[in-house]
Amino acid sequence: MSSPALDLRASKGGGETGFRGLALAAGAFVLVILGAIAIVTTSKAWPTFRLMGLDFFTTKRWSAIDHIYGATAFIFGTIVSSIIALLLAVPVSIGIALFTTQIVPAKFRKPVTYAVDLLAVIPSVVFGLWGISVLAPKMDGFYKLLNRTFDGIPLLNKLFGPSAGGKSFFTAGIILALMITPIISSLSREIVDTCPPGEREGALALGATQWEMIRGVVIPHSKGGLVGAIMLGLGRAMGETIAATLVIGSSPQITADLFGAGNSMPAFIASQWGEADTPTKSALIALAVTLFLITLVVNIVATRTVARSQLRSAGGR
Amino acid sequence: MKFDVPARPSSNPMASEGSSVFALEDVAVFYHDFKAVRDVNLTIAKNEITAFIGPSGCGKTTVLRSLNRMNDLIPGARVEGIISYRGIDLYAEEVSATQVRHHIGMVFQKPNPFPKSIYDNVAFGPRVHGVKKKSELDAIVEKSLRGAALWDEVKDRLSTSALGMSGGQQQRLCIARTIAVEPDVVLMDEPCSALDPIATARVEDLMQEMKSQFTIVIVTHNMQQAARVSDRTAFFTAEVNPHGDRRTGVLVEYAPTQTIFSNPGDPRTENYVTGRVG
Amino acid sequence: MATASIALRDSAEPLALAAQGGWRSIKNRMMSGLLFVSFLVVMVPLLFVLMAVVSRGAKVMGWSFLTKDIAPIERRPGGGVGPAIVGTLVVTGLATLLATPLGIMGAVFLNEYSAKGVFGRIVRFMANVMTGVPSVVMGLFIYVIFTLTFKQRGVGGSLALACLMLPIIIRTTEEMLKLVPNYLREASLALGTSKARTIVTVVLPAALPGIISGALLAVARAAGETAPLLFTIGAAKSLQINPFADEAMTALPLQIYSNASSSFPAAQARGWGAALTLLLLSFLFTLIARLVSARFATKR
Repeated sequence: MSSPALDLRASKGGGETGFRGLALAAGAFVLVILGAIAIVTTSKAWPTFRLMGLDFFTTKRWSAIDHIYGATAFIFGTIVSSIIALLLAVPVSIGIALFTTQIVPAKFRKPVTYAVDLLAVIPSVVFGLWGISVLAPKMDGFYKLLNRTFDGIPLLNKLFGPSAGGKSFFTAGIILALMITPIISSLSREIVDTCPPGEREGALALGATQWEMIRGVVIPHSKGGLVGAIMLGLGRAMGETIAATLVIGSSPQITADLFGAGNSMPAFIASQWGEADTPTKSALIALAVTLFLITLVVNIVATRTVARSQLRSAGGR
Repeated sequence: MKFDVPARPSSNPMASEGSSVFALEDVAVFYHDFKAVRDVNLTIAKNEITAFIGPSGCGKTTVLRSLNRMNDLIPGARVEGIISYRGIDLYAEEVSATQVRHHIGMVFQKPNPFPKSIYDNVAFGPRVHGVKKKSELDAIVEKSLRGAALWDEVKDRLSTSALGMSGGQQQRLCIARTIAVEPDVVLMDEPCSALDPIATARVEDLMQEMKSQFTIVIVTHNMQQAARVSDRTAFFTAEVNPHGDRRTGVLVEYAPTQTIFSNPGDPRTENYVTGRVG
Repeated sequence: MATASIALRDSAEPLALAAQGGWRSIKNRMMSGLLFVSFLVVMVPLLFVLMAVVSRGAKVMGWSFLTKDIAPIERRPGGGVGPAIVGTLVVTGLATLLATPLGIMGAVFLNEYSAKGVFGRIVRFMANVMTGVPSVVMGLFIYVIFTLTFKQRGVGGSLALACLMLPIIIRTTEEMLKLVPNYLREASLALGTSKARTIVTVVLPAALPGIISGALLAVARAAGETAPLLFTIGAAKSLQINPFADEAMTALPLQIYSNASSSFPAAQARGWGAALTLLLLSFLFTLIARLVSARFATKR
């Protein structure tokens, strides 16, 4: 095939560069959207920030009529319900991750994993419906029991205070825990799986029991990544809107009473939006900006932690 | 211990200008700062089979891959010196790697058919280069499969998946796929190392048949194979770098195959082909 | 306890090779049991939720429930979720059409053009961060840039859902592209195929089942989201199919939400029915996704 004129130049038509440009634009779009979210919501929230200044974050009261907008109660509610969710979900999720990867024989691993991941398929609003109709009334009795038990004991009787009918920080915490468990456990599963079998076999070969191997080799190896997984769960819990709205109680109070009704940032936004006037809408968006910033920080730290731990296990040791 | 090299019509050690396909002048290949191979000077002649032999790490695959700019895929790879193909500098600014690979094809060590049907594998190249009509594609597919001595075995199952074939068949399919785009040169990177002896023999026979239409350059670990199939052989060796423990390859000797195996000029060549050094 | 012992010639002590009783072994079994319990702790509520939805939802379920309009008066029984099903399908479908090509191209950029580049690392990091943006923030974002100007339309909801789906699709698609072996790309390039064409004709087809499965999971997630719709599509009571019309729409999650906070048993019953419908829809998508990816596994 030796034609007299051998042309090795690139063929005409910008197909190659066009495609590459499209791909680049798609990637950049992610950054554009994130940036737009930050800018656009902040600008709409600006009137509120201008009105309240930094007091926005420290004022306890929220009264649309008086034009006083304080986010403290909702930040408090978000944090408390999320922490309860973490306290409940973390041991369970990591337990499941260890169970699935270390204890379960290979042929059962898939079905067990599918079963746990089923939790993730259930939409949050269905959890909310179940929470408000089934869980909250049942928990009411339980809360009343705990309240009576700890009556008179200082500190604990504040924590396990009177129940407000079941819709409370604690109930929200339970629902949130159910929702973040699949996230934490599936990520933890991946992290625990990266523990080199060589190290694990080494421990067993030294005569360690399986639990001693898990505690001595698997957990130290996965610690960093697990922290990241937990933080991702925290971020999700803080941002969860609908399920929390239905069961947290819709009462903007700041109290140590876990069984008392409270409110969280996303829940308040969702419940108030329909009837809000324009300045209130701006204030609600300001609340959303606050939530965005908090979850952004948590997610960035979490993502970095997980990435760093995976780098460590893949590369240098 | 010397072994038999089939007699070949004698030819000039250096191909004349008119029938040379590749000309490499003072070529060295770097990966970032590491010099992988140096001082390569040779010309590849048309319609011949040229073999690159030598121990591991001596740069033969590196040089082979630089002939169709596949090294471009490795970050940090660069070529110094001139590699010209039919008088054109392959690494000149205006030269498109994609066009180069249209003319210079490659068969890889491990057979790598696409997870598509046998037909679609062979038709892939022609379709890329603009052939659309089914009748034309059918003709090309049959011609290429015949050219790879595969047609009779697969003609009744062209629409089945290529992954269902044996290793030897897959490699011949890859050869069919490569010749379907009617290249000028076919580069082969240890094409038989993953195949059993029978499949290997069939591929070697195939190479002899292909010679009349294509120019073939083959990298092989198997000295006997080089002795069996090639017209010209280039022997590379690896020199230990005094500054580190990475080895730089260098072209030691390039001559007609008969010469390399029965009467090598360089003692290093002799040591290698007689099996004294691995 | 019987111990198997081997008397060594020179030692006085027999080797004990049988399993030791004692604290270590008990602790090991305890901890295994505890880990199993953690699995149960999660399965029990899951079963409770599923049972509640199925039993309560079944009470109102039926063809008429699935097709009738929203009940105009809350406390009266009857009515259905027909418009909500249509709304969910339309809004989620449109969101999928928006998010999937964009997500696939984003993943193509990350894996094929910038696997190790700095810009790629930033984008990949930010895409991961984006999966954690609360849905209420996404909803408000679209409210500000779209709904304020264009009023409540189905498209707004689709945009918000697409923003939620995009990072998920990018992430799962990138994982699938990584799994395509490099020797396939090399084979295509060696035939004189350009990189773009290689991606379209070799890489994407090879990864397609995994990409589809990942996209379906994103769809299932989007179909169940409430918050982004609260601020964007309004609360229609009757059937509205066109998302581009200047009319509010409704969707299953919104119906569940409004019925859940109602104090009328009739409304709550409808809420359970809607929940059952939505659950079946989500499970359907998830099941198809798992089937597709299982076929992918056997093909290799």
